[in-house]
Amino acid sequence: MIYLDNAATTMMKPPGVVSAVTEALTSLGNASRGAHEGALESNRVIYRTRKKLASFFGCPKSEQVIYTNNSTEALNIAISGTLREGDHVITTVLEHNSVLRPLYRASEGRGVALSIVPADKKGCVDYEDFARLIRPETKAIVCTHASNLTGNLLDIRRIGEIARAKGLLMIVDASQTAGSVPIDMVRSGISILCFTGHKSLMGPQGTGGLLINGDIEIEPFKVGGTGVQSYLTAQPREYPTRLEAGTLNGHGIAGLSAALDFIEETGLEKIHAHELGLAMQFYEAVSAIPEVRVYGDFSASDRCPIVTLNIGELDSALVSDELSYSYGIAVRAGAHCAPLMHKALGTEKQGAVRFSFGYFNTAADADAAASAVRQIAEVLL
Amino acid sequence: MIVAFSSTHDAMAFEDYCMRQGAEGRLIPLPKEISAGCGLAWSAPPADRVHVEELLRAAGITPQHLRELEV
Repeated sequence: MIYLDNAATTMMKPPGVVSAVTEALTSLGNASRGAHEGALESNRVIYRTRKKLASFFGCPKSEQVIYTNNSTEALNIAISGTLREGDHVITTVLEHNSVLRPLYRASEGRGVALSIVPADKKGCVDYEDFARLIRPETKAIVCTHASNLTGNLLDIRRIGEIARAKGLLMIVDASQTAGSVPIDMVRSGISILCFTGHKSLMGPQGTGGLLINGDIEIEPFKVGGTGVQSYLTAQPREYPTRLEAGTLNGHGIAGLSAALDFIEETGLEKIHAHELGLAMQFYEAVSAIPEVRVYGDFSASDRCPIVTLNIGELDSALVSDELSYSYGIAVRAGAHCAPLMHKALGTEKQGAVRFSFGYFNTAADADAAASAVRQIAEVLL
Repeated sequence: MIVAFSSTHDAMAFEDYCMRQGAEGRLIPLPKEISAGCGLAWSAPPADRVHVEELLRAAGITPQHLRELEV
């Protein structure tokens, strides 16, 4: 199989991730549940990985690194834990449903007002819109770092400056960029960064988290066992315990730790350059095919290694099935959980076929995918 | 010498610091004389009080309790 669905999850993981999870499965107890060596070793893995994550994303306090199962859970915690009735929040049409649905729920159920920054036909926003939409009751800007559909990056530093100038929370969904594009929370003015471990970070599924920059009170999304202060009727208030009820995924976090080590040893810039180089090689080849429409802004200086396209009016599901069944190429078709972005691009009915490149892909993979697209265009149209 | 912490994160940070410094001691279950309801504490020899206080300061950790106990 030629795996080009890295924006959904990276299927090829660094060898160290596999061995770390395997070792953890046979050596770690339950962190914060007892003081025997198995429990302590799990605690140590979790503690050291918090430190690595804080350093990786420029979060000033490692105790404000909170583990979750994925970005969706992190975004639910960040959004439901900070927005109150009467608040106003700004987001963008680039968002995944992991941002949109928690915001819609806050809007419909809690009386939180919602404004959405539009995008043009290339999926680009006008940054002046963020400032224009701010009202006296605006509490936060919640936005993605990159569209999971087009791969366009948002200038989070510029949005962060707008948020900081008005004293707003800046909540960023880094699902598509964490592990591929450098992020510094302090420099970019990010209040809460939400990430997943299983995409560009190349860790196991079931890992992710949110990092909190500054004194931000987030009410818990879930409450329960913490292994400390067991006779309190309420959830302890200290971070990270406040937001981490229940057993943590120590085995997965051990894998995430190894993935962070791999990225540090390899170099984030080298990883991004390789992935983006493959995406641009593929883009150059497919954009020369007359029947192919590529979505997104490829004139930008930087982007995610995603190339999304359609072939004529062919159903994107049919194209992805043909790629899989006849060519052994794994891609993602359909709506990509990004309904507003598809509406902006005019691809609601057809969907689109997304090719997303990872560090373990090769130039031969990009060539094979471009050749398959060319053949499908010739045969099926 | 027992040190209780305000969070598990502080307990792990202190253990990490002490291990790197080669300081004597280990994490134990939080004794009931300090608090009921689970958690971790740092146990060090009784004569080490001054040293433990220095380590806590150097690690930037404010303990919840610092007591001499027979455990």
